[in-house]
Amino acid sequence: MRFSLYRYAAPSTFYHLAGRLTPWFGWAAGILAVLGLYIGFFVAPTDFQQGEAYRIIFIHVPAAWMSMFIYLVIAFWSAIGLAFNTRLSFMLARALAPTGAMFAFMSLWTGAFWGKPMWGAWWVWDARLTSSLILFFLYVGIMALWSAIDDPRRGDKAGALLALVGAINVPIIYFSVKWWNTLHQGASVKPSGTSMDEVMLAGMLIMAFAAWFYAIATAFYRVRDIILERERHTEWAKEILEK
Amino acid sequence: MEWSSWSQFWDMGGYGFYVWSSYAAMLLGIVIEVVLLRRGRQDTLRRLRRLERWEQSPGERPS
Repeated sequence: MRFSLYRYAAPSTFYHLAGRLTPWFGWAAGILAVLGLYIGFFVAPTDFQQGEAYRIIFIHVPAAWMSMFIYLVIAFWSAIGLAFNTRLSFMLARALAPTGAMFAFMSLWTGAFWGKPMWGAWWVWDARLTSSLILFFLYVGIMALWSAIDDPRRGDKAGALLALVGAINVPIIYFSVKWWNTLHQGASVKPSGTSMDEVMLAGMLIMAFAAWFYAIATAFYRVRDIILERERHTEWAKEILEK
Repeated sequence: MEWSSWSQFWDMGGYGFYVWSSYAAMLLGIVIEVVLLRRGRQDTLRRLRRLERWEQSPGERPS
């Protein structure tokens, strides 16, 4: 049989593929997290301005990155789903959202616990923080919309539309520290280079990869439930359920 | 390595409360998500199997 990407777009094939890959991504996430935390706490030096409080960066930045990145992936699959009416696209979008919401919440939470000792405030209504809060609300709103509409196909489309409209918020978050005066520090990692200590940067990037693999593992785990639910009248799904 | 003792490590230069509150929340978030994932899978299987049985013999009440 000719190798074909379309083959993996079939829910039945993807169900089995995701099942095989999930443990690998889960273990990769765990190992990278241990390595990243070791570097973050035992190798990386103390920050000359922020002391040890800066060590929140090793989860704050990966969480914030993932909350934006997952949102863009959801918007991407929503666009593909709306354009080509591919069922699996919508299922992947649904499977990614709870993990994205979790990271969005964690970016706010860890940000608050970093802001308090550094700025003297848990929260300020500045551009970066406010747009990040909106991102969290978008996740919650999209998930609420999905669960409110019983017909899965209609729910898919309504959620996809909201996800696409909300995608405008992601560049706003990213560039907010440049466009507006804000308490939040500017980006330390940019396409043009980085202003961070190399060991700190290494720890942060490894943690970002750990978060990435974690998100893939959880989304793959979740998407299998969604596939099974929607395909339950097909022969292959019945075989699995009868086991 | 910046620490000469565990108590120094936990103190995090006086920022221990903030650092560990952040990490504890992250850990809790991951644990909750993994528990919900596993429970979700079991719930899905149970519900679909029940639906399947019910559709084969609709006379009986779904139990």
